[in-house]
Amino acid sequence: MLMAYASVAAFFLVAAGFMIGSLLVGKLIRPNHPYAEKLETYECGEAPVGQAWFNFNPRFYIVALIYIVFDVEIAFIYPIAAVFRRWVDQGRGLFALLEVLVFVLILLLGLVYVWAKGDLEWIRSIKGDPRGIPNVVSRTAPALPPPFAVPAVAVTARPITQEG
Amino acid sequence: MATNPTTGLDDRYTDDAGSVINTRVDQMVNWLLNWGRSNSVWYLLFGLACCAIELMQTGGPRADLERFGSAPRPSPRSSDLIIVAGTLTYKMALRVKRLFDQMSEPRYVISMGSCSNCGGLFQYAYSVCKGVDQIIPVDIYVPGCPPRPEALLEGLLKIQEKIKGEKYLQQRYGVAV
Amino acid sequence: MQPKEMFDVLAAHFGPEVIFDFHADPKKDKDPWFQVKPYEIEAVAEFLKTDARFAIDTLECLTGVDYPDKNHIAVVYHLYSYALRHRLVMKAFLPREDPAIPTVVNVWSVANWHERECYDLLGVLFEGHPDLRRLLLPDDWEGYPLRKDYAEKDEYHGIPTTRPNPLELFQLGKAPAKA
Repeated sequence: MLMAYASVAAFFLVAAGFMIGSLLVGKLIRPNHPYAEKLETYECGEAPVGQAWFNFNPRFYIVALIYIVFDVEIAFIYPIAAVFRRWVDQGRGLFALLEVLVFVLILLLGLVYVWAKGDLEWIRSIKGDPRGIPNVVSRTAPALPPPFAVPAVAVTARPITQEG
Repeated sequence: MATNPTTGLDDRYTDDAGSVINTRVDQMVNWLLNWGRSNSVWYLLFGLACCAIELMQTGGPRADLERFGSAPRPSPRSSDLIIVAGTLTYKMALRVKRLFDQMSEPRYVISMGSCSNCGGLFQYAYSVCKGVDQIIPVDIYVPGCPPRPEALLEGLLKIQEKIKGEKYLQQRYGVAV
Repeated sequence: MQPKEMFDVLAAHFGPEVIFDFHADPKKDKDPWFQVKPYEIEAVAEFLKTDARFAIDTLECLTGVDYPDKNHIAVVYHLYSYALRHRLVMKAFLPREDPAIPTVVNVWSVANWHERECYDLLGVLFEGHPDLRRLLLPDDWEGYPLRKDYAEKDEYHGIPTTRPNPLELFQLGKAPAKA
């Protein structure tokens, strides 16, 4: 019984050994010659200015979150299929299929909710912007001016001063 | 102890002798490492002017630079070779120095075209640097205005020959040959 | 409108001290041009843009020329009207010691970088320009290269500005020294 874990251990050792081995060979082979200009942060040839940390757009977080849910769902379906193989061999394949479909359906309801709420749109809503969801009005944000309005510039003659 | 600025290694052990496989283990290891290094010379895209167009065409389908294992890289950190293609101005020269400094060793420089060889057509201009070798050490000069893609390919082959002729392990460990 | 007509209208509007000296010699001038008094350039530009007979909506080019023998620097304005399809060339002559002229960036905003280039290469100061700094040359460059009396420095940040001639360096092209 314990021997079953030996294959896992062997797998783990080979993986770790591969990683450590390749890093070690690299360390032995490559030159190591650091100096101040080489260690500077890369900024396309310019001297680096400012911090590397900045505020990123929370839209990426939403997309990643939704992706994670469905990726984990797929990851679960594979072992389920492997385990339910016994049922398929016993002739109760349809029942297994229905089980898996129920699982998928529950998560599908989640997708429908996210879709209807408008979280799948990249540009969620800017009032008047046709790229977003139409007719969504924020209850908290103040009323925005019409988009793409070009303010009229009045060109007036300025008094001429003689300098110098 | 003078350091070869291109390979970052000790100056005394740079040797132009070609490598030959025989039964000595270090020669075999050298041969293997140099073979690997020379067939994957990744270059930093540094097209500045008209030579850049020819550089792009050298990477294009007819004179394919990538069949030699040479992939174009946007960043100096992951490139072995910088191909300075085009007129170098003083404004840009400071940036070239910085980028060359940020490349990891072993690193090589190809100066492509007359402008980066010696200032070229614009040598008398006030803003043109008279050759990139006033800033960084150049390994191979490819003449032309602009050089044909085949000429740049030959430049790359010369870099490959140079790499294959290096006693890499000896240089790395500072052992006399 | 023809250039002479435009000159006449402008001279009538502004007076002969502001708009003067019309040149249209087909042998010497590719485009007919006239001179503008430098410190009146803003009012002239304003008038040219807003007046319906001129409707100059585009400043095609703003350049500078150095005339050391006449001791002035000319700032040349090439103007064009897409509405009425006529062009106009104005020149303002500035003293070489202290070239300064008001900016026309508030009338034609394309002048922003043109004036920066003129400052960069000739040293003409454009008063009222929002961001007058060097455009093409590095920010710490000394001197104004397009002036005829510009002398190149020996080095820039340690980079030499000359390269030894290989013919002289390696004695190429000369007859070999007799033994």
